[in-house]
Amino acid sequence: MIADILTVARKELLEILAMGGGGRRGWLSQLLMLGVFGVFLPLQSGRLWVESPLLLLSWAWLPYLLAASTVADSFAGERERHTLETLLASRLSDRAILLGKALAVIAYACGLAWAVVLLGLISLNVALFGQGLIFYSWSVSLGIVAFSLLGSGLAASAGVLISLRAATARQAAQTMSLIIFVFFIPIFVFQLLPPETQKAVVVYLGGLDPGQIALGAGGLLTVVDAALIAAALTRFQRARLILD
Amino acid sequence: MTPIAIRTQALTRDFKTVRAVDTLTLEVPAGIVFGFLGPNGSGKTTTIRLLLGLLEPSAGRAEVLGLDTRTHADGIRARAGALLEHSGLYERLSAEANLDFYARVWRLPGAARAARIKELLEPVGLWERRKEIVGNWSRGMKQKLAVARTLLHRPALVFLDEPTAGLDPVAAVELREQLADLAAREGVTVFLTTHNLAEAEKLCQQVAVIRQGRLLAVGGLDELRRRSGGPRAEVVGRGFSAAAVAALRARPEVADVEAQDGRLTIGLRGVTELAPLVSLLVQHGAEVEEVRKSQASLEEVFLALMEEQPQ
Repeated sequence: MIADILTVARKELLEILAMGGGGRRGWLSQLLMLGVFGVFLPLQSGRLWVESPLLLLSWAWLPYLLAASTVADSFAGERERHTLETLLASRLSDRAILLGKALAVIAYACGLAWAVVLLGLISLNVALFGQGLIFYSWSVSLGIVAFSLLGSGLAASAGVLISLRAATARQAAQTMSLIIFVFFIPIFVFQLLPPETQKAVVVYLGGLDPGQIALGAGGLLTVVDAALIAAALTRFQRARLILD
Repeated sequence: MTPIAIRTQALTRDFKTVRAVDTLTLEVPAGIVFGFLGPNGSGKTTTIRLLLGLLEPSAGRAEVLGLDTRTHADGIRARAGALLEHSGLYERLSAEANLDFYARVWRLPGAARAARIKELLEPVGLWERRKEIVGNWSRGMKQKLAVARTLLHRPALVFLDEPTAGLDPVAAVELREQLADLAAREGVTVFLTTHNLAEAEKLCQQVAVIRQGRLLAVGGLDELRRRSGGPRAEVVGRGFSAAAVAALRARPEVADVEAQDGRLTIGLRGVTELAPLVSLLVQHGAEVEEVRKSQASLEEVFLALMEEQPQ
C-alpha cells in the first residue's frame, strides 16, 4: 500500500514539475516566488523575519496557496486529459490513488516552501554577516515544519475532494479559490463587532500564550485535514469517476 | 478442455432508461484473439468496463480469469491489461516515464523494469525515442506505446478498445501487425472491440457481434460465414442465357443464381466441385472467361446480421 502511494505520488510530482516547468512562464513564476519570499522580504524585514510570532501564519499560508494552485488538477485534470480511466483500470487501490495524489501536492508545496525558508536564512545571514548566526528557534523551526505540512495538507485534502467532483480542472481551481475566502470570515466578523467587543477580543488574544495559540490552531488543522481526507476516501467511487 | 478467460451470464447494465448491455451471455476461450464487434454505441466499451469491474452490472454476472467481477474486481485488474477508448498516456511525460510509472504500478523490480521497457519498445521502433515527450508524438506512435504499456506486467488477458480508431492506414496496419505479433509471442488472450471488420477478420479467431447491447452472433469466422450463407462462385464471361441460368438453378448443389452484366454469382450449398457447373454453362452456349470461388467476408456476415435483426 505504501509503495503504491509513493508510486502515484512520484508520477504526480513529475507531472506537477512538468506542468510548472513545461514553459518558461512556469519556471519564472517559481523563481519570482523564491526571489520575493526568499530574498526580498527577508532583507526588508531583517531580524524580524526570524523573530516575529506572526511568522508561523505565513508558513502555513504559503504552502496552502502553493498546494491549492496545483491540487485542482489532480482528478479533474486527469479526467480532462483522458488518463484517469486507464489509471482506474490498473491494480492500484482507491486509497493508493487518492493518498498518492494528496501526498504529491503536499510534497511539492512543502518542498518549495522549505526552499524559500532556507533561501531566506541564507539571504539574511549574508546581509547581516558578522552579527552571528541567524536562525529560527527550535520551537519555531518545528512550527514551520508542522504548519507548512498542515497548511498544504488542508489544501490537498480539500482540493482532492473538490477535484473528484469537478467537471473540469478550471472549475476545481475556481472552487478552490472561493474556499480561500472562508479564511477571511473571522476578520469580517471581527469588523462587524461593536468596538467594546473588538477591544475585549484583542485583550483576550493578547493575553494568550503564542505557543498555546499555535498548538490550538495546529490541533484544529489536524482534525480538519483528517476529516477532509476521510470524506474524500468515502466519496471515491471508480464507477462514478468514470461515468462523470 | 480449453480454459475459459471470460464468461458472462445474462450480463446487463442500465443507465437510467437506456439498456447499454442486454442479457449478454458469452464465453471467451483463453489464448485467442476474440473480436467484439458492433456499431458505435452498441455497448462494447460498457462491456469492457463491466468486465474490468469498473462498473457494476445491473443484473447478471461475469467471471474474468475465474474471478467474479463484483467481488474480485481488484484481482481482475491486477491480472489484466487494458487499452481503453483513449490511450491514457501522460502527454507531459516522456515515453519512458510513462512506462516506468505503470511498471512500478505493477511492481516490476528495478532491473526487470528497464529490461521489460526495452523489450517492448525495441520491436516497435520506439526505444531510441523513449526520452521524448509523448505529447509531441503522432497518434500512431502513442497507440503503439499504449499497447506496450498494456503488456508491461505480462497480463493473462488484454482488453483493447478500438485500438486502431483514428489512425491513418499505414499506422493502423503497423499496429495491427504489432497486435498479431504480441498475441502469438506473449500468448495472451486478447479481447478486441472494433467496428473495423477487416481488422477483426485478420486478427480474430472468434468474434461476437452485438447491437444495442444484445448479442447477435458468436463463433469462429467460418462458422459465422456458414450461418450467413455458404460459399459462392463467380463466373465471368458471355452468353449466359435464361436457359443456362435455369439449368444451374435446377442443380441440387446450387442455392441461388444471380446474373448481372456478364457475371454470374452462384450461391452454393456447401463445398462443391465447380467443373460440372462450368460444363453445364458451356453446354448452354456460354463462353466462360474466369471462374472464382469465394466466401462471404466478415463485413457481409456483419451486414447480414444487422439486416436479420432490425432495430
